[in-house]
Amino acid sequence: MTKMTKNQKGQIVAACLAPHPPHLVYAENPPQNEPRAECGWETLRWGYHRLQESLKNLDYDVVVVLSPHWRTYVGTHILAYPHFKGLSVDPIFPHLFRYHYDLKVDVDLARAICDEANAAGEPTKLMTNPDFRVDYGTIISCHMTDPSWSKPIVAISSNAASAYYNVDVMQEKMIELGKATRRAIEKSGKRAVLLASNSLSHRHFTQEASLPEDMSHEHIYNHNQYLWDMKMIELIKQGRNQEILDLMPDFTEQAVSETDGGALTWMLAAMNRPKLPGIVHAYGTVIGTGNAIVEWKVEDSSSSESGAHL
Amino acid sequence: MIANSSSTLNPVLKGFVLPGLPQPLLTPEANAGYKKLRAAFEQVRGEIEALNPDVILIYSTMWPSILGHQVQARPELTWNHVDEEFHDLGSIPYTFQFDASLAHQIVKEGSVRGLMMKATDYNGFPVDTGSVVALKLVNSNLKIPAVILSSNIYSDRAETVVLGKATLQALRAQKKTAVAIIVSSLSNRLHSEFIKPSEDKIHSLKDQEWNAKILEFLEKGRLEDVAQLSRQIHKEARVKKVGNFKPFWWLSSLMGPHNRYTGEIKAYEAIYGVGAAVVGLTPALTAARDLEFDEDSPEHYSGERNVLASMSSMGPGMSSQTLSAGEELGDSGNE
Repeated sequence: MTKMTKNQKGQIVAACLAPHPPHLVYAENPPQNEPRAECGWETLRWGYHRLQESLKNLDYDVVVVLSPHWRTYVGTHILAYPHFKGLSVDPIFPHLFRYHYDLKVDVDLARAICDEANAAGEPTKLMTNPDFRVDYGTIISCHMTDPSWSKPIVAISSNAASAYYNVDVMQEKMIELGKATRRAIEKSGKRAVLLASNSLSHRHFTQEASLPEDMSHEHIYNHNQYLWDMKMIELIKQGRNQEILDLMPDFTEQAVSETDGGALTWMLAAMNRPKLPGIVHAYGTVIGTGNAIVEWKVEDSSSSESGAHL
Repeated sequence: MIANSSSTLNPVLKGFVLPGLPQPLLTPEANAGYKKLRAAFEQVRGEIEALNPDVILIYSTMWPSILGHQVQARPELTWNHVDEEFHDLGSIPYTFQFDASLAHQIVKEGSVRGLMMKATDYNGFPVDTGSVVALKLVNSNLKIPAVILSSNIYSDRAETVVLGKATLQALRAQKKTAVAIIVSSLSNRLHSEFIKPSEDKIHSLKDQEWNAKILEFLEKGRLEDVAQLSRQIHKEARVKKVGNFKPFWWLSSLMGPHNRYTGEIKAYEAIYGVGAAVVGLTPALTAARDLEFDEDSPEHYSGERNVLASMSSMGPGMSSQTLSAGEELGDSGNE
């Protein structure tokens, strides 16, 4: 493990698919979260524990996360205030997630990504209001990958291009944003871990067991979603990252996937779609949605599948 | 002529359509249109003060829910709100009072009618920008307690109509009067690039034409006609962020599913491209136009029918799509 000097080129050292069901933080019972749970969703939580152990062996400076729960319709926005402290209450699951957060932001890198994105023609702005409440998707993905919050973060909003146009347009925009993110990281001299904060299939049950952690109620919403999730995981495990992008429009539509927020596309583009298998730490369902915890050890990869196209 | 002043017919004294974006609250001077909207909000505030209802009911399209329908039941909420999109316009400190008793009554009535209902009572709960803007502008210094209902992203007409009826039933059970507000834009497509306030305009001519059609109906008091057009409005003038365009289903089933209203368009302007209208609807004795409506008015929500399931997996019982299945046989089928 070697620390880079400022003159060295920065790089993405790992990229993670890090879904954000609040149920996982709830079941972990960290001191920051008010509700208490007996247990629940162990398969996914144990997967996150394996990811945490793996990241502990990496030398990195910053976490860059894109969350679909900071949804912006006018361009992409990036947190750019050095310190946020507050209470995040999930509007859908307030009985599970009322989390007291205290986090640091790498404002320099946030500005650099913003500048690179605007230079590439993607409307992007900085969020500098200190009263802003950080979205729970960002918080959950960051907490589950590093409960000690040992690194500063850069949090990027999810532009709603899928809803405004279609998944193809979203992909074009997120590929540009991913490229801009990579360029900014390389120029910064920093070593970054990327988090795509999204589930795979994402149709929820609209009812909940009286005890949320009663696992006898937990299963995938339907078989169609499960088949799609398995297809994507097969591609991930085989390192066929370009095919993931190629299938994204159909997958997003037919599995009602949270990839509509663009996080996975952004991350695959930022890591330049290497021919690199992802390590699937876990797959499991949360209130019917399909969630995979995946790690790509990008630092170990030297080849690119089709980076010339990017 | 106000037909309902005694509240014997319906405890909802008046209905309003209000936009939810923060510009009229935070930057009314930035654009002449924002200023007109702000003035219209203040007009609504004056009317509410004169009516002096027991409660302000809000159905907000900017509070999405998944686990059924959430109802704000915290007696008081204090926060310093920042909009996730327009955070650069400033923070919005607020303290709001809510009618917890009525909120729980709505939850009870909705549950009896088959809806998944949840009372929401948590410190720090994120009240949506639209509700914050509405309550800051139309309830300032009035201190009228409010109830906010979420908009379930998956629900469709039957579920929303039943929610409106449950809300009405709760008002009657507690013998309370109300004004009903839907927080919703008309067309909802924002400009996707950053613009100056002086450059603001409705996003497209098509959106403008649909907004004009909706406003034409509302000005004539044709509330149920707009409700019946909701699916078409969703298709033509709404970005598909949720399953359907629902607020007028709730409002019409709450106030009465007909066209006997006096409508007043207090303002219609663009906010960052969306169609933002402030509209008042007052119960009246006569209708501008009465049409036959071709959709059921369900009293009870029976859940998803799972019409794509195989026949072998279907249990016994009603499988028809109509909630009045079999009634036609009772009318004439045995004769």
